Amino acid sequence: MATTTMTMAKALNEGLRRAMEKNAKVLIMGEDVGKLGGVFRITDGLQKDFGPDRVVDTPLAESAIVGTAVGLAIRGYRTVCEMQFDGFVFPAFDQIVSQVAKLRKRSDGAYTMGLVIRLPFQGGIGAIEHHSESPEALFAHTGGLRVMACSTPNDAYWMIQQAIESDDPVIFCEPKSRYWEKGEVDFENPPAGLYDAVVRRPGTDVTVAGYGSTMKTILRAADTAAAEGVSLEVLDLRGLSPVDTATLVESVSKTGRLVVVQEAPVHASIGASIVADVTHRCFYSMRAPGLVVGGYHIPYPPTRIEEDYRPTVDRILDAVDRVMEFD
Amino acid sequence: MGDEELVQLLTPEGQRVEHPDYTSSLSNEKIFSMYRDMVIIRRLCNESTSLQRQGQLALWAPIQGQEAAQIGAGRALNPMDFTFPTYREHGIAWSRGVPPANMLRLFRAVSNGGWDPYTYRHSVPTIVLGNQVLNAVGYAMGIQRDGAEEAVMTFFGDGASSQGDVLEGFVWAASFNAPVVFFCQNNQWGISTPMSTQSKVPLYRRARGFGFPGIRVDGNDLLAVYEVARTALENARAGGGPTLIEAYTYRMGAHTTSDDPTRYRVEAEVEVWKHRDPIERVKALLVHEAHTTQAEFEAVDAEAEELALQLRVDVLAMGRPDPITMFDNVYAEAHPLIDEGRREMVELGISGGSH
Repeated sequence: MATTTMTMAKALNEGLRRAMEKNAKVLIMGEDVGKLGGVFRITDGLQKDFGPDRVVDTPLAESAIVGTAVGLAIRGYRTVCEMQFDGFVFPAFDQIVSQVAKLRKRSDGAYTMGLVIRLPFQGGIGAIEHHSESPEALFAHTGGLRVMACSTPNDAYWMIQQAIESDDPVIFCEPKSRYWEKGEVDFENPPAGLYDAVVRRPGTDVTVAGYGSTMKTILRAADTAAAEGVSLEVLDLRGLSPVDTATLVESVSKTGRLVVVQEAPVHASIGASIVADVTHRCFYSMRAPGLVVGGYHIPYPPTRIEEDYRPTVDRILDAVDRVMEFD
Repeated sequence: MGDEELVQLLTPEGQRVEHPDYTSSLSNEKIFSMYRDMVIIRRLCNESTSLQRQGQLALWAPIQGQEAAQIGAGRALNPMDFTFPTYREHGIAWSRGVPPANMLRLFRAVSNGGWDPYTYRHSVPTIVLGNQVLNAVGYAMGIQRDGAEEAVMTFFGDGASSQGDVLEGFVWAASFNAPVVFFCQNNQWGISTPMSTQSKVPLYRRARGFGFPGIRVDGNDLLAVYEVARTALENARAGGGPTLIEAYTYRMGAHTTSDDPTRYRVEAEVEVWKHRDPIERVKALLVHEAHTTQAEFEAVDAEAEELALQLRVDVLAMGRPDPITMFDNVYAEAHPLIDEGRREMVELGISGGSH
């Protein structure tokens, strides 16, 4: 199996390149995505190779980036829209919720909303306000959209291509704090289906599920827990809407305990929804109520104190202790 | 109106007037056929208002007063052009060939759309003000990439002209030289909000600041609207970029059947506009230029009457959709929550089965 080591940023770049090579209808639009290669360099070199009509440096208007991608989709193009940061997606929220999510239904299936909205999300980079948010639940809550999050370079490479190939609109969440971490990428074999959750580490005592940036933190917590004699089964959700409930149910049926870890505030979140759903489906195999470790119900804090907001190994282990104490 | 910059080719009295930039290219036969369109769409609109009053429609958005603006623009389009409407473009829909009953599916609340947009090259109604303008600009960017000689026309009103999406659409169309015509029907009122609250300058003048031409046309003058729209569309198809057309008109009726305009505007204003009726002036022109006979006019009225009766029959035949259809066409690909919803609906006996 031929694999190559690269950063998630490079893997996304390679995935976008491959998608553009395979389908001439694939376009990239966003602020600074051309000459500059994007503020995170995810689209580095693509405009040079595919030209300014396919990798479009746009005026600075997020609603227009998405709104015009809708029109391009109606014309048969597949546009990958880059939102520069999570906190800047809101000017486009109206187009995403009112048009992207609803036009297929409104046109009785005539329109295919084949577009991807890339969202560098979550915190951990010491940025100023509006650059560290986790708005995924707002989109997951909206029928007509699909939402996913990658956590490894290999997933980034494959999932971005699968998202572009999907005939449904996809909100593609990229954990920006992990852009520069390296991992193995297998260019030959896709790892899993687009919305399949993946077991990153098998275990027996507690299922700990997460996505995006929290996966690395959970895996570290699993190492510490193992040293203390507690076996965590670590699940990477990948799909946030829809969620791969079958894989979650299978895991929790075995462990009897569930902790979901996210950066987003807990109230009305992905984790809260999963805990409610899994509790309903696995009630008789559960040995403790599920818990969510996440952000507080506040605007994202100034980043000098963000590590006391984002889930840490200690907070995850504390939640593990609490679900273990029910026996 | 008294605006020297207003393009007018036909006075409210039905007299032709000269304009330095525009000359009517319409034959009397074509003017008569567009007169027919206007009469029919007004009759269908009145029938729809009645249907709403009788409890057969959830809502209706009348277009009375705006027939020339819509038929003039609609008939200027080429078959391959694409249009992005609001919820009030019944005259455009008619000129694109959308069957009247399909236009009422939205208002009968049996659909969120009503027709196949690709069949008629006419997109589905957009209710959120201004969204469709950006979608239209994007479609125009697709035309550019395909190298096609087509244009897009998108519609909005004086109310939506305050929306960010409309103004962003102007920026993008200018920056990318997109083949799009922005057709603004300034009917003077956004429900109760008067034009003076929306803009301190005439709307067409905004275009200059964005870097493309803006033209104000007498929106109740069929001949002028047609020529201005045709010229802007040809320019867009030839790579000349966007144009803003402000069709200066008046909403003779209510915003929708849920509105009561007597609460915010004076009858005297409506009276002034009654004398500028878009249909009457074309009729006057046809009488003295084409010698159209009373019998020919009556035949149009009879045809409109027949279509209105047929519309009533078609609307009354639209039953409640099978609830299971609410899950159709939400996603293109399989989705577990959709499957779950369908299953629950069948288990509860709400629907007989999958659609």
